[in-house]
Amino acid sequence: MQHTLSVLVENKAGVLTRVTSLFARRGFNIDSLAVGVTEDPTLSRITLVVNAADTPLEQITKQLHKLINVIKIQDLNPADSVERELVMFKINAAPEKRHEIIEIANVFRAKIIDVGRNSLTIEATGSADKIDAMEDLFRAYGIKELVRTGKIALARGSRES
Amino acid sequence: MTKRMNGAEALVKSLEAEDVEVIFGYPGGVALPIFDALYDSKQIRTILPRHEQGAVHMADGYARATGKAGVALVTSGPGATNTVTGIATAWMDSIPIVVMTAQVATSVIGTDAFQESDITGITLPVTKHNFLVKDARDLPEVVKEAFYIATTGRPGPVLIDIPVDVSKGELDFAYPETVSLPGYKPTFKGHAKQIKQAASMISKARKPLLYVGGGVIASGAEREIKDLAELMQIPVTTTMMGKGGFPEDHHLWIGMPGMHGAKYTNYTITETDLLIGVGVRFDDRVTGKLSSFANKAKIIHIDVDPAEIGKNKLVDVPIVGDAKQVIAALVAELRKSGAEPKTEPWMRAIDDWRTNFPLHYQHREDALMPQYVVQRINELTKDRDTVIATEVGQNQMWACQFYTIRRARSWVSSGGLGTMGYGFPAAIGAKVGRPDSLVIDIAGDGSFQMNPQELATAVVNDIPVKVVILNNGFLGMVRQWQELFYGKRYSASVLAQDCPDFVKLAEAYGALGLRATTPAELDDVLTKAFDHPGVAVVDCRVVGEECVFPMVAPGGSIDEMLGGIPGCPVSEMLDDELLEEVWE
Ligand SMILES: Cc1ncc(C[n+]2csc(CCOP(=O)(O)OP(=O)(O)O)c2C)c(N)n1
Repeated sequence: MQHTLSVLVENKAGVLTRVTSLFARRGFNIDSLAVGVTEDPTLSRITLVVNAADTPLEQITKQLHKLINVIKIQDLNPADSVERELVMFKINAAPEKRHEIIEIANVFRAKIIDVGRNSLTIEATGSADKIDAMEDLFRAYGIKELVRTGKIALARGSRES
Repeated sequence: MTKRMNGAEALVKSLEAEDVEVIFGYPGGVALPIFDALYDSKQIRTILPRHEQGAVHMADGYARATGKAGVALVTSGPGATNTVTGIATAWMDSIPIVVMTAQVATSVIGTDAFQESDITGITLPVTKHNFLVKDARDLPEVVKEAFYIATTGRPGPVLIDIPVDVSKGELDFAYPETVSLPGYKPTFKGHAKQIKQAASMISKARKPLLYVGGGVIASGAEREIKDLAELMQIPVTTTMMGKGGFPEDHHLWIGMPGMHGAKYTNYTITETDLLIGVGVRFDDRVTGKLSSFANKAKIIHIDVDPAEIGKNKLVDVPIVGDAKQVIAALVAELRKSGAEPKTEPWMRAIDDWRTNFPLHYQHREDALMPQYVVQRINELTKDRDTVIATEVGQNQMWACQFYTIRRARSWVSSGGLGTMGYGFPAAIGAKVGRPDSLVIDIAGDGSFQMNPQELATAVVNDIPVKVVILNNGFLGMVRQWQELFYGKRYSASVLAQDCPDFVKLAEAYGALGLRATTPAELDDVLTKAFDHPGVAVVDCRVVGEECVFPMVAPGGSIDEMLGGIPGCPVSEMLDDELLEEVWE
């Protein structure tokens, strides 16, 4: 099962390695990872997506808690949280195809952020599903390059403690 | 009040503030500023081992025997990498040590500079925490945190990596009074409701069993365990790490569980209806096949580390907390409710097993049996304050089976990692911390050859430890597995009983070397060694091909044990069905 873990850590050198190597040591693959500083500059938030059954995940969460620099861990329930990813596509776009591609981008409220002679670069944010759907449509034109940030997520306001 | 000084001096001042009395230290280029600062310390004695692995085992042995954090200091590169086995040993057994490694200058870190090694990276999986200090001004705080982390909660090794420019850098020294670690809050008190429920289960149980591990030693809960056991007349089994957590001459003590536990101990575990695990981790050497371990019992599990609870075995009542506090609360609860023991029939059954399935070996008059040597050591030291260290292998298991540990912190043995070469340097560390105790390393000839160079450390620094080698001329435990499971094909397990000549080796280092080859001369030789004011090594030429029994085959159920049946040859115990199970 897919789990989204939101891990609040001290913003110090090497902390990300401590967190990720714990997953590696126990044979878990991290599907996506995003990290950045929080409203408090001494803290960072790591958002991890992992595929794991509940029991091994519980063990790894407990092990994560033991890391001295880890402050809080939430296993975010998709129903109670908001999730976003940022993606950039560089798409083959001969002049006669540009219009079509821009139409599609508009449907997804994506932005054109760079125009080349034969390519368009498009930025979009959204849930993983939305991004997957866009990718499907753009594939027909040929995706030259694609980069995704990895999921970031927050518990919904009603769940604040 | 602050005082201007360099990083190395601040480091030493910080260690002094932590009450450090001894450092096991091996120098090298980038460590020199620190060693230079140590030269002036009136409080800290610096002991030079002959190998960095020895330094860390010494710090570890010191910690196990005293309960205080042990400290080692080494140089960068090879000095640092030589500490890894020692750190991993302490990690597996949750022993509080602080290891300081010098490092190349911050300006060249990451350039493969001479004697650079990424020791914080290398030790990440085997330390509770580690630090790379980048600024001299951080040193006092880091030392404070390192000792706090190493010694609280579930203890463990902490490493501090100190670049040479940090040792030389200047700062205004002030030692912090408190630590600020927002992500580290070990739980001490158990959950009151959980404790109540446990008390109620204990008061009703007819066949309860206390299963006590290293956590009890770490927490200093031996008094509380004894109170609980005696109040409710609950039998106690102590794991190898828990030895000393309950006096082994007490009638409620029923032995060590697991692979080389006594039959009566393992039968008791199989039959108990309430297993109370305290500071244990349901290790595979204890449980054997998990599905049949204590499978008639409800389980209460008390541990300070929440990650241990439910890790290997599902439990009915988990209690996260410090063993000493939780057991004290349990006892108070039981006293308040007026609970009375109901275990008389249970104890009678156990005593029956004890009589019918005792630990057993065939004594010989014409040759020295290893078990007999341990029994004699036990007899000759029973009125003395003694610390027993062991190496790894058969020697360790026979020490478990035939030496009676009566007090906490008098047993020093590598459990989780099973590190050959641990016992002797650990014994030296123990003796440094407990100069008035008799400290004996019960050794195998293989293991002792892994760190014999520390004889120099012991002799030169006048640390009079005793080594009794059960010299069987084999890597005995390996040979045993090969005898039982590999058709006696002794591949790479044959040593030579007379090479080295351990008596001459001892003498070469200026220690007393003695030899015993028959039971008749054994007592004399041992007494001479124990009464000798200096370091002594006793070479006991024991029977070569003896096995440790009983034995649970790897992966087998603990109530199905090989051996330990008087008069039954091993070949008859090993049927094809069992061998098949072993290979599964
Ligand atoms: C450093 C290390 N290497 C290898 C092993 C595997 N091993 C476990 S017991 C053993 C044999 C120990 O031989 P010895 O010290 O002579 O003790 P005995 O079993 O004969 O008492 C070996 C090689 C180990 N535990 N530690």
